[in-house]
Amino acid sequence: MTEKKLVCVSCPMGCELTVVLEGKKVVSVSGNRCPRGEEYARSEAVEPRRVLMTLVRVEGGRDRVVSVKTDRPIPLRLFPKAMARVRELSVRAPVAIGTVIEENFLSTGANLVTTRPAR
Amino acid sequence: MRTYTVDVLVVGGGAAGMAAAAAAAREGARTVLLERGERLGGVLEQCIHPGFGLHRYREELTGPEFAHRMRQELDDSGAEVLTGATVLEILPDGPAVKVVSPKGLKKFRPRAVVWAVGARERPFGALRIPGTRPSGVFTAGLAQRLLDLEGLLPGRRAVILGSGDIGLIMARRLHLEGVEVRAVLEIQPFPGGLTRNVVQCLRDFGIPLLLSHTVAEVHGRERLEGITAVRVDEHRHPIPGTERRIEADTLILSVGLIPEVRLIEDTVPLDPVNRGPRVNGRLQTEVPWLFAAGNCVAVFDLVDTVAELGERAGASAARYARGELPPGKPVPLVRGENVVSLVPSYLDGTAESARMYLRVPRPMEGVAVDVGGVVRRRVPVARPAEMIEIPLDGDALSELSQKERIVVEVKPK
Ligand SMILES: Cc1cc2nc3c(=O)[nH]c(=O)nc-3n(C[C@H](O)[C@H](O)[C@H](O)COP(=O)(O)OP(=O)(O)OC[C@H]3O[C@@H](n4cnc5c(N)ncnc54)[C@H](O)[C@@H]3O)c2cc1C
Ligand code: SF4
Repeated sequence: MTEKKLVCVSCPMGCELTVVLEGKKVVSVSGNRCPRGEEYARSEAVEPRRVLMTLVRVEGGRDRVVSVKTDRPIPLRLFPKAMARVRELSVRAPVAIGTVIEENFLSTGANLVTTRPAR
Repeated sequence: MRTYTVDVLVVGGGAAGMAAAAAAAREGARTVLLERGERLGGVLEQCIHPGFGLHRYREELTGPEFAHRMRQELDDSGAEVLTGATVLEILPDGPAVKVVSPKGLKKFRPRAVVWAVGARERPFGALRIPGTRPSGVFTAGLAQRLLDLEGLLPGRRAVILGSGDIGLIMARRLHLEGVEVRAVLEIQPFPGGLTRNVVQCLRDFGIPLLLSHTVAEVHGRERLEGITAVRVDEHRHPIPGTERRIEADTLILSVGLIPEVRLIEDTVPLDPVNRGPRVNGRLQTEVPWLFAAGNCVAVFDLVDTVAELGERAGASAARYARGELPPGKPVPLVRGENVVSLVPSYLDGTAESARMYLRVPRPMEGVAVDVGGVVRRRVPVARPAEMIEIPLDGDALSELSQKERIVVEVKPK
């Protein structure tokens, strides 16, 4: 059995959580002041996921880059790979806000979408 | 110079200004919004991380997405928008506002003005750090604009001074874009920003946070070559013998925002701690035709709050322009224990309801906010990074308005 210390980031309280794991299985969660903390700890201890936000190159427009995000959290451990992939991408101006640049990004089930228009 | 007569003139097209202009126009006022930049959104445009709008839109949006939604609301409201229009001067009699735009100088004669120009960053010079003045030293906001709007990296190896949310967010952005972030230094013994940002911006990527540390010296002739970091004691004095050199070509300063008041400071009384104009619950300053909202009143942590204040200011300005906002008797709010930022500065019994916002100077647990002995609210965890919001309903307001002064304090429960 292993013990992991986490800080719940689901709300500003920032409870300090202790998760007991057996291999990849969560045995118990303590330190949370509400059920959301337990839910957070169960996924965080096994596979932390985050929304990735970055920039994609824009070709043929006034803007050099456009901001993008994954439309749902992806595993944090994929971030280096994700950034390497993003560097290979580019879009042609103009692009609308909410345009999908890459579907099922790195097979995560998340899409990479623009978060602003680019001219 | 052409002169334009309007009901409400809004200066600044960030979240506060967009919300104010939309609200004023919805009230039926002839409204013009002036923004000096090319696009609306203010700092939202350069904040490409998620974390905006959980209260207003019940969704976690990025800054540009939040700005986009507000822009749609603004367009629907019928307010007129002028970009590339910088306000140069406000003349108190009239009042009149002088504006420079690509089409030349213009003069506006509004019945009411909403000041919504945001905050500016505390500059390097204000820190009085010894050493040379090489290139490679950026304020966090400038670095963020270069990176997230222009796609330009400020350097290769960076040290960040200041662990407020802006510093933390920049650490993550720089790291993701391939800049080696050597350390984040924080002079206080606790992080300046939200816990979730310490976790998601630093811990996720193994970026060291050095608490009770500051920059003792900068090195390098033309380009920055490194800095000397030093540990400080509880009085923020450097402890001799704890100096260490960190090689870096970039120093990012995230050492605080100051409300932008340069064009109004001779016209309107300021609050010495917030550093913005003193306002009442309707966001009206002590100069009756001048309203103010957003980061130029006090520095707010959440854009949702800024937008709400903007709406309140815009609607109040529209009513003032119609002659519907008679003056009331001002009752000052006075800072008691453990209160730094405090908005509003006074109440005058003219609002049906209001909200009060305050910040504590250091992290505290299990405290209660007391407003003039009339409203008491428990706060389980209070952190300097977060504004505490206290709603004041009609009953509380009328009771508070009977007083000579209202002491606001934060004490153990
Ligand atoms: C890096 C950073 C990260 C943040 N992260 C979050 C977050 O995760 N979640 C959240 O809710 N909030 C966050 N905030 C806070 C929030 O974004 C701001 O409080 C809010 O957007 C401020 O809006 P504003 O309208 O008051 O000011 P601003 O956005 O600064 O707008 C002021 C506008 O006025 C214009 N202006 C200035 N002077 C003149 C003039 N003389 N004439 C004409 N126009 C003028 C400027 O060009 C600018 O567009 C963050 C802020 C920063 C800086
Ligand atoms: S456990 Fe609940 S109360 Fe504690 S930080 Fe998480 S969401 Fe907030």
